[in-house]
Amino acid sequence: MSNIGSYGERYRDFDWSRAEEELSWDDGGMINIGYLCSDRNCELGLADKTALIWESFSGQEKRYSFNDIRIYSNNFAKFFRDLGIEPGERICIFLDKIPALYIGLLGVLKMGAIAQPLFSAFGEDALFTRLEDAGTEAILTSRKHIGKVRRIRDKLKALEHVVVVDGEGMELSDGEVAFDFEKAEAVERFDVYQVSPETPSLLHYTSGTTGKPKGALHVHHSILGQYMTTKWVLDLLAEDLYWCTADPGWVTGTSYGIIGPWSLGITQLVLEMGFIPARWYQAIEKYKVTVFYTAPTAIRMLMKEGEELVKKYDLSSLRHTASVGEPLNAEAVIWSEEVMGIPFHDNYWQTETGCIVIANYPGMKIRPGSMGKPFPGITATVVDPTEYKPIEKVGSVGLMALKPGWPSMFRTYWNNQETYDSKFKNGWYICGDRASIDEDGYFWFVGRDDDVINTAGHLVGPFEIESALLEHPAVAESAAIGKPDPVNMEVVKAFIALKPGHEPSDELKLSIINFVRKKLSPLAMPQEIEFRESLPKTRSGKIMRRLLKAQETGEEIGDISTLEDD
Amino acid sequence: MDAEMKDVILEYVREEYLDEDSGIEVDENTPLITGGLVDSFSLVSLLMFLRQKYNANIPDQEATPEAFDTVTNIMKLVEKYHQDK
Repeated sequence: MSNIGSYGERYRDFDWSRAEEELSWDDGGMINIGYLCSDRNCELGLADKTALIWESFSGQEKRYSFNDIRIYSNNFAKFFRDLGIEPGERICIFLDKIPALYIGLLGVLKMGAIAQPLFSAFGEDALFTRLEDAGTEAILTSRKHIGKVRRIRDKLKALEHVVVVDGEGMELSDGEVAFDFEKAEAVERFDVYQVSPETPSLLHYTSGTTGKPKGALHVHHSILGQYMTTKWVLDLLAEDLYWCTADPGWVTGTSYGIIGPWSLGITQLVLEMGFIPARWYQAIEKYKVTVFYTAPTAIRMLMKEGEELVKKYDLSSLRHTASVGEPLNAEAVIWSEEVMGIPFHDNYWQTETGCIVIANYPGMKIRPGSMGKPFPGITATVVDPTEYKPIEKVGSVGLMALKPGWPSMFRTYWNNQETYDSKFKNGWYICGDRASIDEDGYFWFVGRDDDVINTAGHLVGPFEIESALLEHPAVAESAAIGKPDPVNMEVVKAFIALKPGHEPSDELKLSIINFVRKKLSPLAMPQEIEFRESLPKTRSGKIMRRLLKAQETGEEIGDISTLEDD
Repeated sequence: MDAEMKDVILEYVREEYLDEDSGIEVDENTPLITGGLVDSFSLVSLLMFLRQKYNANIPDQEATPEAFDTVTNIMKLVEKYHQDK
């Protein structure tokens, strides 16, 4: 029997007060996420239970109990408070998947600051944009990434503290300080900052079609959504060994790689290493992983490696698997059931929703290729693109829309209330995706409703890429689109018109590709570049990405009445 | 050719993928991908470099993270797929 039991019954009788009761909020309990993921587990008798099994790139293994997590997150919290950081100020966490990331994030929350996790592969431009927008006061990083911070530091007026977790013994500049959370004097008791449900907790940056990345602000209330969905969608039980492969630089890694499992007192595995098929199978076998949450790109890459590799490992410990980030194609669901013995359960959500909103549930028949059904407490539909009214006709494609009000919904975009407000139409939150609903209420993803590129489950904004491209000395005009890709769903393709004096060449392509990778990230790096004499523009001079994408994919071009005459 | 190729590839890896301030040192046997120094997305630029420098058209199915994990492994692939211009 799964945690959720009957989906139909749960959907009908659900109220979020259920989560409040289970997390003891109704008794006036502390509601700080940092406390709920560490101290509370110890108070519930789980102090000695393993919270984190971490394996480094080199295969070195470290284990931390919930009591370790409690004390070490206290160490971080006290350290930040002693630095003079005030509640509500932003602390960026810019680290690889190492214990300091997971424990440091709880420390930030415990002292009342807002945690701003950023993907450690971000280049200096991507980092600068997000730190500048957030007015970030402190950044937690490591030797490996400090160079990027140093190169932009002078331009960041608000950034006062650079904390280097492995900085002992290295030459540090003004404002840089080393902090080893395991060597610091143990802080047995820390006065956790008393928050209200609406106190900001996390600031996650996400990409849009136009303009700079937007900071989706979440609050401590969000834990209700993360707790309940982890319990019912990922079906975690006390004895589980859970592995979420997502990087906490992105929202899945915090909601389901930190908050969800630890609010339930579950032991989780973290591999510092990225995707290597054999090593992933090895990890499942070695640690006897029971619940596995990953991304469709990874699953398709596992499929590409073939059945022979799977057969070399004992994966019999797995009892539940799930996937998020982009639509999981039906073939991948069928493959996993045939080869691994259990199917991946796809689900849908986004940075702004804070928690899973549509899912295939354990115990419910999966419809391969479908995202599943709305989570209890979530009202979802598809609406028409003009009046934003729910579409009644079964199977019609419309805009994915959610009724606002669930606890983990974002509260604003940082410094950008106008864009936040524009996301709500006719009483619905418009997700920016197109979908349809079948006769049984299953949701089917169709595609994005904008130009945002979904590559390997990560959203990349074309504007940010185009801006970076224009900084290359040879580039006069640029456009970035998502090119369909069988493994990554989409990869970035750039169209470029060169400045006079520059000729297209393979060397120039490589130079441009590496330029973007260093400035933004490997995900934003064009995997393909096409040089053109000029790019199609509207009469007002705006480059028509839509036309380029249609030409690339062979789709209907649509209205080009505004196209500039050549 | 091997020693020269090793130096050229190592130089490219240092220049393009490592940050000077990190203090990380690499040699031909340093795990690049499983060591977290080069991510799998960046293989595209490494493949492009090898194609341009050594006229080595390494097929996609052979461009796996394992096959690209060390400069020694990369050199084996280059030698296998190198074509005289």
